Amino acid sequence: MATDGIGASVRRKEDRRFITGRGRYTDDIDRPGQAYAYFIRSPHAHARIVGIDKSQAEAAPGVLAVLDGDDVKAAGWGGLICGWMVKSRDGSDMKAGPHPLLAQGKVRYVGDHVACVVAASYNEARDAAELVEVDYEELPACASTAHARDRGQAQVHDDIPGNTVYEWELGDLAAVDQAIARAAHVTRIDLVNNRLVPNAIEPRAAIGEYDPGNEAFTLYTTSQNPHVARLVISAFIGVAPEHKLHVIAPDVGGGFGSKIFIYAEECVCLLAARKVGLPVKWTAERSESFLSDAHGRDHVTHAELALDADGNFTALKVHTTANMGAYLSTFASCVPTYLYGTLLAGQYKTPAIYCAVDAVYTNTTPVDAYRGAGRPEATYLLETIVETAARETGRDPAELRRKNFIPADAFPYQTPVALMYDTGNYQASLDEALRLADYKSFAQRRAASEATGKLRGVGFSCYIEACGIAPSAVVGSLGCGVGLWESAKVRFSHTGTVQVLTGTHTHGQGHETTFAQLIAEKLGVPIDKVEVIHGDTEKTPVGMGTYGSRSIAVGGQAIVNACDKIIEKGKKIAAHLLEASEGDIEFKDGSFAVTGTDRAKSIGEVVFAAYVPHNYPAGLEPGMEETAFYDPANFTYPAGCYICEVEVEPDTGIVEIDRFVAVDDFGKVINPMIVEGQVHGGLAQGIGQALTEGCVYDDNGQLLSASYMDYGMPKAGDVPSFQVALTETPCTHNTLGVKGCGEAGAIGAPPAVMNAITDAIGVRIDMPATPEKVWRALQDRPMARAAE
Amino acid sequence: MASVSMTVNGQAVTRDVEPRTLLVEFLRQHLDLTGTHVGCDTSQCGACVIHINGDSVKSCTMLAVQAEGAQITTIEGLAKNGELHPMQAAFREHHGLQCGFCTPGMIMSAIDLVKRNPSPSETEIREWLEGNLCRCTGYHNIVKAIQAAAADMRS
Repeated sequence: MATDGIGASVRRKEDRRFITGRGRYTDDIDRPGQAYAYFIRSPHAHARIVGIDKSQAEAAPGVLAVLDGDDVKAAGWGGLICGWMVKSRDGSDMKAGPHPLLAQGKVRYVGDHVACVVAASYNEARDAAELVEVDYEELPACASTAHARDRGQAQVHDDIPGNTVYEWELGDLAAVDQAIARAAHVTRIDLVNNRLVPNAIEPRAAIGEYDPGNEAFTLYTTSQNPHVARLVISAFIGVAPEHKLHVIAPDVGGGFGSKIFIYAEECVCLLAARKVGLPVKWTAERSESFLSDAHGRDHVTHAELALDADGNFTALKVHTTANMGAYLSTFASCVPTYLYGTLLAGQYKTPAIYCAVDAVYTNTTPVDAYRGAGRPEATYLLETIVETAARETGRDPAELRRKNFIPADAFPYQTPVALMYDTGNYQASLDEALRLADYKSFAQRRAASEATGKLRGVGFSCYIEACGIAPSAVVGSLGCGVGLWESAKVRFSHTGTVQVLTGTHTHGQGHETTFAQLIAEKLGVPIDKVEVIHGDTEKTPVGMGTYGSRSIAVGGQAIVNACDKIIEKGKKIAAHLLEASEGDIEFKDGSFAVTGTDRAKSIGEVVFAAYVPHNYPAGLEPGMEETAFYDPANFTYPAGCYICEVEVEPDTGIVEIDRFVAVDDFGKVINPMIVEGQVHGGLAQGIGQALTEGCVYDDNGQLLSASYMDYGMPKAGDVPSFQVALTETPCTHNTLGVKGCGEAGAIGAPPAVMNAITDAIGVRIDMPATPEKVWRALQDRPMARAAE
Repeated sequence: MASVSMTVNGQAVTRDVEPRTLLVEFLRQHLDLTGTHVGCDTSQCGACVIHINGDSVKSCTMLAVQAEGAQITTIEGLAKNGELHPMQAAFREHHGLQCGFCTPGMIMSAIDLVKRNPSPSETEIREWLEGNLCRCTGYHNIVKAIQAAAADMRS
């Protein structure tokens, strides 16, 4: 067996360039003669543009052009789109307001893109931007998720009444209402899922280039999915036919969802490049990132969980208002619906579930998928209401969950909210987490904390997610405008080295290593002879990119399927060289052997014969290069149990995480070191959501938390070291048995932390649990703990 | 324009720059040393940390002209004759990086920590990294890498 194959924590192939400063991110690239773009953004959340006077700026030193909405219109280019049609319960289509590349008469959020100055240097562009006079007539703004549909609220889009994008529902309302009416106990909660800024440390950037001789564009961009960018920019914005648009996403410094989407700035750089006849580069300042990267979460929810007298969940009823911001971003509509409502069964056999989601426009930055996308919101809701129910009915939260788990022998399991879980073992991950967290000794630790004047609490989160996105026919039936298969090409050279060309994109996930390990495992080629190539529409086969923890479960399986084709062809060649029949050839550990003999040809010899076919099977094509496209049969369902223990300092409200145990079932794991790293990062983002992060808009729609001085990015001192472990039920519908691991931490962590805080302080508060909020909650209930 | 001279990764350099040029812009745009990154505009993220006369400094917080005559080391200058600095090697060995964008600043900052405190505790490492943001790793493996590098550098 290959020592660098599946299951080996091999060190990452890509690291050398990053630790020596040789990474090549978009802003590191300079094109010959390049000019620079600077965007003028709306300072108002809602305003009419009375006029734009560009004359002074156009005359400023170094300025090559000043573009506004009229230039976009004159070019005949369209606006940004949302690629997932969600219908309201009455069957009507969602209401998508126009989303122009540069404002057309109106701005709808602080940061909205109004105009673009292009100059020979960045400083000249920025200086000249000060000279562009935009005359705004300020309008009342709507900045509240909960009140966006209230009568008298400002209308974000004039022709979309009540700021309502859609009113979506899923599940059997009558059955749920009946169960609630008959319930022995109903737990009711209201909660807010706080709005977050993704904050990849690399700001977005783009370089647009135009070749008038070939009427072709090149776009360097910070994208998680360059082919999707090409498709949308070509087919919907109308920039150029797809074969005349080359998109390159080089090293990308983190994405977390925010770099899936197609943004105005990259399109405007293309327009500017054609206009000024030079490459045009734009790099976001962090303040721009806060204002213009699509945000995440932002739900307001009321939910009811019905239990019978034995503590069995009998129904769950959910009503959520989801903030979409001022425009529908690329995949915004599916996040609070098909990635949220469908996850509300969680790990439980709740027989009746109903979910209604009202999506609303507000005068705020667009909201779209952020690590987990809908599934963190579902998990936070479900795991909070379950823990609340345990508290209200006097049951141990672990045992109430265990009682309601879908049993390990019940798979495949059809939930009442559309999904069919293929496999899982929730008891196993709970048991392992309880053991690692030393739950049975919690009471002693709590007593010890109380002896020192501190409050200790423990919180659980048993999450499930649907990832490996996605079966094309399923998502198509739900309104998705594209297929979500993935592609791979495996190409040998004469000398036996391998290039893997993948349609996924790596921006921290370590594909260059993990995918090489698949080649080592399947073809017996050591990973130092394998190069993984991604992120360039002219190199890789058409692919759908990286998000939704899909790269291994969909992209990895495509690579394996291409390897299978290589082996199939190799057997024909080996049979010829060994003068045996093809059916007698076995491939193992990089060698084609005649079964039951010591006669064999190495894969290197077979590949050489394929490229130098002097002695070769008649009629067989030369060469050794195979492509596979893989469309999964189902989603994958990673699941796990997280336990968090906190200590709260009552005098200050400071929450310290004493221990955090994460037990995940990702199915088969290719590189445990990389998988653990993915969990760590997700946990920190989830803990950030719970303790430190949150967007704050004032009533006028000004984003008050728009810098690292104002937004609580988790720092090294805010998070603990983590205890992570794996359980394993292999996925049943891909041959690798893999499920994906990228989002789990961010999905599972927030309720574990918040449930622990509730347990410690005796009252439930909304995220983020800042010291001030915790302290105030304690002041409101000073005797709560003492009275117990 | 102002003339500025300094020694960067052992090489003397002189360039004419706009007086408002930040040191990080000077390194990235005038010297093409793009390993030093810019992740924010408020001197919080630490992606731009370099060494000036041996001390870690955020190169976005000073002007190039303020580094006149200084000895500068960037991430590109750490490895000697192709051999990684122990901190670089530890980040790789302990998976202390994912997307790699914060990594140069993290490594440069961590080297200064270990210079000042050859045996930092986990708490001391976490406190020291207050000025370096990472969104990928959750810091867990960065802390491990720095502890391992410190041990390696002591021996």
